[in-house]
Amino acid sequence: MGLVLLVVIWLITLVSTYFFVAKTWWLPAGASAAAAGIDHHFTVSFYLMGFVFVAAQLALGYLVWKYREGGSSQKASYSHGNTTLEVVWTVLTTILFVGMNLASSSIWAAERFRAAEANAVHVEVTGMQFAWYFRYPGPDGKFGLTKPELEDASAGGEAALGLDTHDPASKDDVVSGVMVVPVNREIEVILRAQDVIHSFFVPSMRFKQDAVPGLAIHMHFTPIQTGDYEIACAELCGLGHYKMHGILKVVSQEEFDKWLAAREAEKQ
Amino acid sequence: MATHESAAHASHAHGAPQGFIRKWIFSLDHKVIGLQYYFLALTAVFVGMFLSLLMRIHLIWPTATLPFFGEIKPETYLSLLTMHGTIMVFFVLTTAPQGGFGNYFLPIQIGAPDMAFPVLNMLSFWTTFLGFIVLLAAFVVTGGAPLHGWTGYAPLSALQSAGPGEGLGADLWITSIAIFCIGALMGALNFITTTLDMRAKGMTMMRMPLTVWAWFVTAILGLLAFGVLLSAGILLLMDRNLGTSFFVPLVTVNGQLTGHKGGSPLLWQHLFWFFGHPEVYIAILPAMGMCSQLLSVFSRKPIFGYKAMVYAIMAIGFLGFMVWGHHMFMSGMSPYTAFAFSIMTMGIGVPSAIKTFNWLGTLMRGRIRFTSPMLFAIGFVSLFVTGGISGPFLAQPVLDIYLHETYFVIAHFHLIMGVASIFGIFAATYYWFPKMFGRMMNEPLAKLHFWLTFVGAYAIFMPMHYYGMSAGLRRYSQSTEVAFILKLLPIQRFITIAAFITIASQFIFVINLFWSMFKGAKASDNPWEATTLEWITATPPPHDNFGGRTPVVNNGPYEYSVPGAPRDFVMQSDPEIKPKH
Repeated sequence: MGLVLLVVIWLITLVSTYFFVAKTWWLPAGASAAAAGIDHHFTVSFYLMGFVFVAAQLALGYLVWKYREGGSSQKASYSHGNTTLEVVWTVLTTILFVGMNLASSSIWAAERFRAAEANAVHVEVTGMQFAWYFRYPGPDGKFGLTKPELEDASAGGEAALGLDTHDPASKDDVVSGVMVVPVNREIEVILRAQDVIHSFFVPSMRFKQDAVPGLAIHMHFTPIQTGDYEIACAELCGLGHYKMHGILKVVSQEEFDKWLAAREAEKQ
Repeated sequence: MATHESAAHASHAHGAPQGFIRKWIFSLDHKVIGLQYYFLALTAVFVGMFLSLLMRIHLIWPTATLPFFGEIKPETYLSLLTMHGTIMVFFVLTTAPQGGFGNYFLPIQIGAPDMAFPVLNMLSFWTTFLGFIVLLAAFVVTGGAPLHGWTGYAPLSALQSAGPGEGLGADLWITSIAIFCIGALMGALNFITTTLDMRAKGMTMMRMPLTVWAWFVTAILGLLAFGVLLSAGILLLMDRNLGTSFFVPLVTVNGQLTGHKGGSPLLWQHLFWFFGHPEVYIAILPAMGMCSQLLSVFSRKPIFGYKAMVYAIMAIGFLGFMVWGHHMFMSGMSPYTAFAFSIMTMGIGVPSAIKTFNWLGTLMRGRIRFTSPMLFAIGFVSLFVTGGISGPFLAQPVLDIYLHETYFVIAHFHLIMGVASIFGIFAATYYWFPKMFGRMMNEPLAKLHFWLTFVGAYAIFMPMHYYGMSAGLRRYSQSTEVAFILKLLPIQRFITIAAFITIASQFIFVINLFWSMFKGAKASDNPWEATTLEWITATPPPHDNFGGRTPVVNNGPYEYSVPGAPRDFVMQSDPEIKPKH
């Protein structure tokens, strides 16, 4: 029985570890400035915790086989433990866990403690059951007023956001169902939600943030690769949660300017 | 001390009741109440497992028609996951290890004739039972069960118009949880008082079995956590029905104003997770205690580092209240607090690592007997390590940005809180069954059950890590709408097949349980040659546990293979040993 346990525990450990090491299923390629740092810390954590995982499981398998009744050891030792070993182990794990945390804290600080740069592109992202809307402030750089009582979800676009057309700042606001941003520019997203909590998740950008009703949450990221990236809702928001997705189009600065100008022209 | 103890015993010794209703239904006997809790949890776990099977089938076969539910719509799927989570967390993982085994064995292991407050004990069970019935009722009311998940985030859970199931179903759901909290608070009070006041002569705190330590600290966690959840639940009910706005700001649903304004969705999350994180330890601490116990018994060796184990249980309990914010890194909470919560969370890994180290230390140089309870205890250690390893990923906000709400989280908490804890329950069942029913369970069937469940649990939950690392999101009723999730469908297929086999093999356990109750081989008073007080009394124990005698404790709980002793175990009630080292 001891031998069977050893074989099963070791096999489970090795098969599980294989798929991690082979990266059969892994994170999609990163496409934002922060992705490299986050992925690096991911890898470091995988090596450290992977080592602990394999070592502990192999030790468990070995010990149950080695000290089975009827095996080589005939008598159990009468020992209540070893304080020195206990202290050494405690100190080592403390260093490991707190060290991992401190190593990653600078990335977190860069992502979340610092405000977006002054020249960042502003996009307001609004989640509602079950769609994302993206609003650009236009040439005046100001978002126009929105009023909940003006909201008309079925009309879509500006009406869905309840944009107050009497506000001068709203005249040049552009509302889109697709998020278009220029590459290599910092994007400041202002996250809002109309009804329940949604969460704006772009795996390739290593970006996720809840959109909470009543709050306007400011976050930033910098795409460094052009292309289309999927946006998915990552907070349970109701029966259509699974289909609340969108597209993030990262394009060159010229294309972005052209796109925005075209949308402005459409509006006039 | 002696007079105090005997006076306490006299006042608690109530006569054995006659008649079926007083003996088995409205019983004051902690042993019967323990069994009631156990069978409630057993019923609940089969309901919860059945719901998960329906979800698994729907995930890979979305158009299939299923028993009881017909065609599964997206909202039906969300109701299934809400009810699965709620049933499993409250009525299985909180009910069986603490209410079930804690009730039955805590008084016996400390040498007491009953719990401190037998009537309160009966009330706490029947309150819990009522909570379960109210929860199940949510399935049959108009609109069905709620779809807001077991965490019930507001405003989704607070607005009737937010989706199907958010009407009466959601009211029943939150009422059920509030009722459960009341039952759990009564239970916690009873456990704490009993442990502090009812110990037999000589049963000092540092001679208590680790099971007792675990139940005791779990009760303290329950007392502090369930009160907060109860309050939050009442506020949510008021938001839903009385027009208050604790958790709801000015929101519109489908462009319609809801009449709420000024509330905070994050307040619900803070209150919920202030309960929710200690709840993880409420589920796992008793399993840790049971497995510590069994590893020592079946290695025929004292537990490695008894004091370290006690301090680790306390540290986990203490730190458990300071880490709730790690569920909220992406919620819009201040990023500075995320930093603090992260450090505390990584810190709680340390006592968990100490425990793992001590379990391995206990096996080392032992003489291991591979009984079925021991197999489940060893399986527990393996699963605890695997489930624990993914914790430090999620505890770091910078990695949680990506992993939050993916199946990586599902893998993590199912392994550590669900499966590991269930392995503790299985281990305890196989271990204590002879004491509870006077018969042995069938050993070959038990071993078959172990192998299928152990390999099955890994086959189900290990692939969920890969799914989550590929950005596979949880609570998606279908994977067809998002390309990066659709391509992960093969993993879901594998998991569903594994779940089918693992769930089917649980019937081996149930058949064994009921068959052995009536047909199992007669058990002796101490079949495992263990040292704690439940093994000195008759099998099954008499109404007052020790048949009018009051045990006196002279030894620690884990005196195995003592040099110079006549047998390889020394009972806690044996004359005090002076081991020659």
